[in-house]
Amino acid sequence: MAGVKVLEYADLISGPYCTKLLSNLGAEVIKVEQPKAGDYSRSVGPFPNDVPDPEKSGLFLYLNANKLGITLNTKTETGLALFKELAKSVDILVENHPPQEMEDAGLDYPSLRQINHRLIMTSITPFGQNGPYRDYKAYDINIQAAGGLAYVTGDAKREPLLTPWGQAGYQAALNAAIGTLSALYWREASGLGQHVDISVQECIASILGDVISFYSYMGMVKPRCTTLSDLSGVTIWPMDIYECKDGYVDICILEPHQWQSFVDLIGNPGWASDPKFEDRRLLFERTEGQEVPDLGPLIKEILKKYTVDELFHGGQQRRIPITPVNDAQGVLHFPQLKERGFFVEIDHPEAGRLTYPGAPFKLSETPWSLERPAPLLGQHNKEIFSNRLRYPKMELVKMAEAGII
Amino acid sequence: MARLPLQGIRVADFTWAWAGPYATMLLGLMGAEVIKIESTKRPDHSRMRSLAAGPTFGGPNQAPIFNDLNLNKMSITLDMTRPKAVELAKRVVRISDVVAENFRPGVMDKLGLGYEVLKEVKPDIIMLSSSAVGGTGPNRHYVGYAPTFAALGGMAHLTGYPDSAPIPMMGSSDLRSAATSAFAILAALYHRAQTGEGQHIDLSSTETIAVLVGEAFLEYTMNGRIPTREGNRDRIMAPHNVYPCQEENSWVSIAVATEEEWQALCHTMGDPAWVKDEKFSDAYRRWQNQEELDRLIGEWTINYSPTEVMEKLQKVGVAAVPSFSGLELFQDPHLKERGFAKEVQHPAIGKRLVVNAPWKFSATPAEVSRYGPLLGEHNQYVFGELLGLPQDEIQRLVAEGVIN
Amino acid sequence: MAETALAGLKVLEYAQFVSGPYCTKLLADLGAEVIKIEPPGRGDEARRREPFLNDVPHPERSGLFFYLNTNKLGITLNLNTATGKKMFKELVKETDVLVEDNQPRVMKEMGLDYESLKDINPRLIMTSITPFGQTGPYRDYKAYHLNTYHGSGLAKILSYVLPDEVKRPLKGPGFIGDYDAGLNAAIATMAALYSRLFTGMGQHIDISKQESLIALERVEIGMYGNEGDSMMSTVMLSGMVGGLQPCKDGHVVLCLPMEHQWEALIKLMGNPDWAQDERFKDELDRAQHAKELNENIAQWTMERTKDEIYHQAQALSCPIGAVTTVADLVASEQLEARGFFVEADHPEMGRVKFPAAPYRYSKTPWRIERPAPLLGEHNEEIFCHRLGYQKEDLVRMRAAGTI
Repeated sequence: MAGVKVLEYADLISGPYCTKLLSNLGAEVIKVEQPKAGDYSRSVGPFPNDVPDPEKSGLFLYLNANKLGITLNTKTETGLALFKELAKSVDILVENHPPQEMEDAGLDYPSLRQINHRLIMTSITPFGQNGPYRDYKAYDINIQAAGGLAYVTGDAKREPLLTPWGQAGYQAALNAAIGTLSALYWREASGLGQHVDISVQECIASILGDVISFYSYMGMVKPRCTTLSDLSGVTIWPMDIYECKDGYVDICILEPHQWQSFVDLIGNPGWASDPKFEDRRLLFERTEGQEVPDLGPLIKEILKKYTVDELFHGGQQRRIPITPVNDAQGVLHFPQLKERGFFVEIDHPEAGRLTYPGAPFKLSETPWSLERPAPLLGQHNKEIFSNRLRYPKMELVKMAEAGII
Repeated sequence: MARLPLQGIRVADFTWAWAGPYATMLLGLMGAEVIKIESTKRPDHSRMRSLAAGPTFGGPNQAPIFNDLNLNKMSITLDMTRPKAVELAKRVVRISDVVAENFRPGVMDKLGLGYEVLKEVKPDIIMLSSSAVGGTGPNRHYVGYAPTFAALGGMAHLTGYPDSAPIPMMGSSDLRSAATSAFAILAALYHRAQTGEGQHIDLSSTETIAVLVGEAFLEYTMNGRIPTREGNRDRIMAPHNVYPCQEENSWVSIAVATEEEWQALCHTMGDPAWVKDEKFSDAYRRWQNQEELDRLIGEWTINYSPTEVMEKLQKVGVAAVPSFSGLELFQDPHLKERGFAKEVQHPAIGKRLVVNAPWKFSATPAEVSRYGPLLGEHNQYVFGELLGLPQDEIQRLVAEGVIN
Repeated sequence: MAETALAGLKVLEYAQFVSGPYCTKLLADLGAEVIKIEPPGRGDEARRREPFLNDVPHPERSGLFFYLNTNKLGITLNLNTATGKKMFKELVKETDVLVEDNQPRVMKEMGLDYESLKDINPRLIMTSITPFGQTGPYRDYKAYHLNTYHGSGLAKILSYVLPDEVKRPLKGPGFIGDYDAGLNAAIATMAALYSRLFTGMGQHIDISKQESLIALERVEIGMYGNEGDSMMSTVMLSGMVGGLQPCKDGHVVLCLPMEHQWEALIKLMGNPDWAQDERFKDELDRAQHAKELNENIAQWTMERTKDEIYHQAQALSCPIGAVTTVADLVASEQLEARGFFVEADHPEMGRVKFPAAPYRYSKTPWRIERPAPLLGEHNEEIFCHRLGYQKEDLVRMRAAGTI
């Protein structure tokens, strides 16, 4: 995406991760932050040595590497004027502000289209740009709840569970990136920009798998279940996370030959040859009230004798879908990821050299790239305002003192 | 009676003019016993002159300026050209905690009262030597007064309007030097209380002025720029100026720092159409267009007195204060309630209003308690009671002109 | 390392911009331990003010902030939170002095006024610096430097004294009035500390910036109180010999109150004939003909540079001073010999050159031990090592906006 210019006017995850994806493909991203406080994620951490520092938040550094950073106070007339000057000169604007706020500031799509008809404006909000909940406030936990994900996550005997670490934001960002790129593609032919309206709730609702069809086909509300094996909680085939000697593995056996290989992997225990465990599929068609033998306790006990590596590699060699349940350390040291160069190291002027997740995909002709670290607050004010928009240095001093930048 | 902060401290005060005496007077206001060592042959020149030219009153004991700068003190007179007088001065030092002088560097040494000598007399003595440019360096013999301190200290260059010449200001430069001296002495007294150690303090009046505009130096050493005069303006606040009021030559100062204050000001002015102009729509633009802004605000203030503007604007949280004249200070209700001025009864001049001490201590109140002493008024007390000289010796010394 | 004058003295600063910080800087520079409290995120107002290093605005690169906060430890604390208040009180318990510049009403509402704090620490000396003091009808009035300066009378008086040059009342340069208040507060604070050596008790010191400034022109203002308005005009207008004179490359200032100094001036100017004129015979005559006199002097000064005039005059003990710029001072031999400018390293600003102090102590010299603190630089040291909080607590407090 070399040559594409993106303006980011967003906080936390949904906007910033979207533009991060674009920047890693070569787009130039200018990130607008409010003066003094900056992006809210700067205060979230984690911080090296647990010493909070707005230039060293792990979350901020990860989401905003590769971008240019400026400060602008969009509550001032001058700040708005500068913002519009920039909006005039970019291809894409990604923002995640409340629609009413954008309207009041004269930064809604109809207004911005006047000054740049080629602008692709991607707006990410909890409930979208219209509808009765348009102006409602919602954080990640609210959206996961409203989107139906929380309901089906967790233990049936307990309350709905949040998928941690801001997943709603990431889903929204991914969808926003898709929408933005499509709009960019269309612009090639038409020469026109457009408004891409992303509702985070909808993004969540769209990844619920069979939860929606369960209801629309069968009128059933799918409950929470931690295992995928059976609605009643009985283990028919192992499709669950199991504790083993030195950690956890995730086993997902769906076919008979996998079951056979699995039995072989665990040393052909006596109970495995019992015919009642043989054809698992038949058990799905059992009649109401028929007793179903439960493999669960048996498997749980036997797996405790094996290490994660034994099960993982042993299982995979037999073409059984078994994987370790990796914690962060496990992921960082995972040989497969290392080989593929998934992690990258970047030097940051304040935080030093840190390891970050890299590209989630590999392009053969235009490789993913991460060249510069996340910006310090206002780091590129001079570059953007002085060098590009031609404001003299002393004007920037006055603007800063007046709270504009 | 409440204790005074510096009760028990005694100062041997050799200072003269403005910068020296006010330093020791500050200590005196806080309860130190300040013995001013003078000479009828060469009286402190603030006893001899008005602010400008020539005497406008009748003699060394009728000088309002001297009175203002030497309140609470005692005065003894010695002819310092006489060895016996120098001995007596040393004896005063022996019973003192602090010595203060602002002669040209070298003079105290020549008199036989340099620090090394006085340290022999009283090992833990704290001595402050204040001079125009300091007691060391190639220019240490240079002389000066308040206006030259301001000039040499860089302050004059920074004072005035962008289109006017530098302004050297007035006596306040002397009193700034004096305040700095008082602080330096107090820090030394604290150190002595902890360790028993006295020391010598060498203070440059010019430097005391320079440190009060410290950031101007940073502008030069960091960015190579020489700052100059800015009138009543601020580097970023606008409005920030004085505005003309109803009566001739009456002014009110108004300063706005935040958006809320600006809104409150606009509202108080009746939200005239011009405040909605794009030119004034944020802090940065107001600063850029402040000339026009000032003119427009002036068109509002001209309808009121400074006090009326202050009351209207303070009510809504906007900083507005009249530019008071000296006389208006004495008529102001706030200052009246604060008791900023006090009346002293001077034996020769009569009742004088003087500015009171500029601090309010809750437990050890400090204030003006007596008039500036007549020449030699306390000879009897100091030589007789404090030094214990017998009466006939004192008489002899007077006759000889040692005590003059 | 040489000992310091105020070693062992503990000071807590809850103030911003100039006055409070300058007061505690004076103490810190002489060895007191000063802990400066700043609001989280924003920091001290002064951080937002120029001059900025290389004219790039940055809260860790303000020259104003640097100069006013040398030698201090810096922490962040939000006293508008219950936890913040609690931690503040823990700090108050351990300190000798608290210097603050908040509105009296606000301190009371927060339960942090002197009456409340003295119960926690009876030895506490609390120095409060406000525009108009802790009492009186203007107590709650808002005033910036411009306002307190004009409210002190100093600005208007200047316009009376120099009616031609100063057509409307004029404030002093920079933030000098705020510096004056800080210095005044330092004097009172030290005196209270001295007194406490004997009484063992603390007290509240009420500093009004307006009164601090009035004190600096006590003589002039005293005249108004006693002689009224007219006196000033006649007395002042009768003029002093010289005053400001233009020269080839700037200006000089003459101040010659004594007769022998006038004679030195004549000698300096090479005994010009006009100096013997009847009109300039004695002090009173010279005052009455000040205008012509000054014109004559100006003709002489215009042909020379300010440095020439300054040094030649001083060689004759004639009190003339050059009007210097900051550049002149940084280059001054005298100041170099005095060690007036020092350099220190700052993590963000690099090497900074700045004025030290105008006094030289023979036993306890001024010194720079550390530069101005980064925002929250000593949070861990103060909150964890001294008050006993855990590092994880700090992370949470930070996220909650307490620090």
